[in-house]
Amino acid sequence: MNAQALHLFWAFGLSIAMLFVIGFYCLFATYNLIRALIGLEILIKAVTLLIVIAGFITNHTALAQALVITLIVVEVVIIAIAVGVVLGIRANNNSLDVRRLINLRG
Amino acid sequence: MFVNIVILIGLVCAALWTVMTRSLLRSAMGLALTSAILTIAMFRLNSPLAAVFELSVCTGLISVVFISAITLTHPLTQTEVIEHMKARMRRFWYLPFLVISIGIILSFVRIKFNLPLPGAEAETDVRNVLWGLRKTDLLGQVVLLLTGVFGVVILFKESNKK
Repeated sequence: MNAQALHLFWAFGLSIAMLFVIGFYCLFATYNLIRALIGLEILIKAVTLLIVIAGFITNHTALAQALVITLIVVEVVIIAIAVGVVLGIRANNNSLDVRRLINLRG
Repeated sequence: MFVNIVILIGLVCAALWTVMTRSLLRSAMGLALTSAILTIAMFRLNSPLAAVFELSVCTGLISVVFISAITLTHPLTQTEVIEHMKARMRRFWYLPFLVISIGIILSFVRIKFNLPLPGAEAETDVRNVLWGLRKTDLLGQVVLLLTGVFGVVILFKESNKK
């Protein structure tokens, strides 16, 4: 890996790590279900950027783009289903707060 | 390199604002902004087709899905807003410091990447890769989309019945 590619990977890797921290913190610290999905989205953005930078550095941009397109399709389906589930939970509990999800408590 | 660093700082700041802001609607808009900045980074990294997908699907469609979901929920009262804001501040004020400190720590850690990189690929056209090498991915995408459609139809049918 040459010096320029290393610098580029370093800069992008640092921001990818920060995005991971932000996404995980949001998932762990929030009680709101929609905000948890937003945290998940930020994690997926970090993965997308990681695939793109890996493809750029290894000169496999076409393969990286194909993988990113697949990832985006998976992301859309996950979010659509998850939003449907969240709205169902809200209809049952009248709240998006995870602390009020007591329907399945034994 | 300078432009890339500015874009990356913008990306992290947008993601931080998305998580930190109190309003869910602003949070959804922050997510769209994060996606838009990611699109610029992808364009600069020679991935225009993936960038277009990111811009149209993630910035557009997913933001619409989130905003539609948010409009279906009821807003909090003024007292609840103040209470909620205080509780959120207690949980989230660590986050910027955590992100900055992790950034500083990682910038001092030097890991040697002496990995032998593979040679440049023979196929540089993304369409040929997608339709030729990654046919199974396309099949998986179709199955996933159908699963998503059926899932959403069943979920909304259930909620309508109730």
